[in-house]
Amino acid sequence: MNLFLETLIGGLLAGTMYSLVAIGFVLIYKASGVFNFAQGSILLFAALTFVTLLEKGLPFVAALAVTIAILILGAIVIERTVLRPLANRSPMTLFMATLGLSYVVEGAAQGIMGAQVHALDLGIEDVPIFLGDVLISQFDLVAATTAVALALILALLFNNTRIGISLRAVADDTRAALSVGINLNRIWQIVWAVAGIVGLVAGMLWGARQGIQFSLSLVVLKALPVLIIGGFTSIGGAIAGGLIVGAAENLAETYVGPYIGGGITPWFPYFLAIAFLYIRPAGLFGERALERV
Amino acid sequence: MSQTLSNPPLVSRGVAPVTRLAPVALPGPRLGLGLPALLLLAFGVVPQLGGEYWLGAILVPFLILSLAGLGLNLLTGYAGQTSLGSGGFMAVGAFATFGFVVHGGLPLPLAIFLAGLVTAGAGLVFGLPSDRIKGFYLMVSSLAAQFFFEWLFQKFPWFYNYGSSGTITLPRLELFGFDIGSAQGRYYVTLSTVVLLTWIAVSLTRSQIGRNWMAVRDMDTAAAVIGIPVYRSKVVAFAVSSFYLGIAGALWAFLYLGSASVQSFGISRSFQVLFIIIIGGMGSIAGNFIGAAFISLLPLAIDHIAQGFFAGHVDAGLLQNIQKAIFGLLIIGFLIKEPDGLARLLRTLGERLSNWPLRF
Repeated sequence: MNLFLETLIGGLLAGTMYSLVAIGFVLIYKASGVFNFAQGSILLFAALTFVTLLEKGLPFVAALAVTIAILILGAIVIERTVLRPLANRSPMTLFMATLGLSYVVEGAAQGIMGAQVHALDLGIEDVPIFLGDVLISQFDLVAATTAVALALILALLFNNTRIGISLRAVADDTRAALSVGINLNRIWQIVWAVAGIVGLVAGMLWGARQGIQFSLSLVVLKALPVLIIGGFTSIGGAIAGGLIVGAAENLAETYVGPYIGGGITPWFPYFLAIAFLYIRPAGLFGERALERV
Repeated sequence: MSQTLSNPPLVSRGVAPVTRLAPVALPGPRLGLGLPALLLLAFGVVPQLGGEYWLGAILVPFLILSLAGLGLNLLTGYAGQTSLGSGGFMAVGAFATFGFVVHGGLPLPLAIFLAGLVTAGAGLVFGLPSDRIKGFYLMVSSLAAQFFFEWLFQKFPWFYNYGSSGTITLPRLELFGFDIGSAQGRYYVTLSTVVLLTWIAVSLTRSQIGRNWMAVRDMDTAAAVIGIPVYRSKVVAFAVSSFYLGIAGALWAFLYLGSASVQSFGISRSFQVLFIIIIGGMGSIAGNFIGAAFISLLPLAIDHIAQGFFAGHVDAGLLQNIQKAIFGLLIIGFLIKEPDGLARLLRTLGERLSNWPLRF
């Protein structure tokens, strides 16, 4: 029973890390209908920029501020050079453009800042703590708290600020939003910048755990089943999806893995997502699309 | 009107069929002498001129990548189903070929063909969810295939015959008793396979199956309304596409690399094949060859330019990243300027040239 609880809790906490990555996707998908494949490489770019600045001797806060400034600038450039010329094209075209974008961002990040592994110390001690009889990683706990805090902050921003309300208007009905004078291009820039900052937070946490290196950009592939299970349009769904994927893959690895050779976490979430899709084709919280001929 | 009335009956009978619908002319091959000339060049001239390096290290991989692009293009460009699992299906083809030769003792051509069928079966299985899952959501199915096969072929030593390093390699390449291990031999075998399979693909896209695919791609709900078996078309597309990818994988492993492992068919291979069809042109057969040529030659060109400009002072890692960024920029550029890829670009250029002095 203890093993089960430990596996479950460990999985749930690890799942919040997936949620963090998935939230960045959801933001962009909601506001512009783009499935942003470059989120992973933006995450890598953000974390790499941050750690490089730290290594150059900048204090923590200054490095953070400079990185965020670069991310905002990047969002504006991306909006102007990629999104604006491709406005009104099919979602598949936009997806492939973000695939190209991910190559540009990865190439630039590693070309400028090098491909070696950087260690990042956030000052969180990774000492396991006991909760009753159950062993829990302290680091996971911090990551989970961060994810929840981030989701709450975003929810507050969306509900209470002018920008947040225009964002929701765009997500709800782009044409209507345009007709009441909301600047769509500005909204896109803001959303990409916010997604970049969410990526930075996720990248810092992932990077502190496994080092900042190229493989960080591959978490995007892990976020896909999370999104599919949670639905592309819901931040709550992204968190729920992350928790489900994290818990399920940990349980499967512990209880099913030994019978079929182990190491099944790379593919298990995808099969889980397919199973979910059979039951709910638009995800748990997604909106069912109506099709007209 | 009065003229028609005054016409003799014979002529008026000739005028009458105006009410009948004109038969729709299908665009046939417009190549004329171009295709035979191209084949003659590929079979006759190139092997004489090209040296060991050009044949074995550039043309063979180019042809195999074209074949892989063709496989993905049938699925994505013609049937409209996105896949990020090309690498995984190529791995199935390679490892199945190896299995048939080593465990089954079959001759190479038969083994490759059977491996294609095995891959088609695998593609069919991973295409099954396409009845309920569409668009981006379907990508998850192909990614499941990609990671599942990577895991499968690494985890179970039976697939690589219990070797220590997990690589598969065939001792001697033989075709009907002839040794085809030389660069020329490998080139001829690859070229013949690719030509045959391309011909089949062209025929397929012009048949009922291909037309159904395109209807499904353009709008599957509408296709279902006019009575096209949508689900069957999608599943067949997955199977046929995987058959091509399986053969491409087998050729890649044994005729190009010589010895391969799961790492040769990772997710980056899937991206590479996808880029071939984006750059070359979706829904175009020639596009696969143009895209593959582009993707094989661009790194060489960048290398060459870097050597010329900086005289070898650029380190390999940086060059690789520059290459990556350039690929990304090109893809974005193509999607913005010419979404139908290089194939369309060349055709437009050809049409402009054909009436060049009288452009206006």
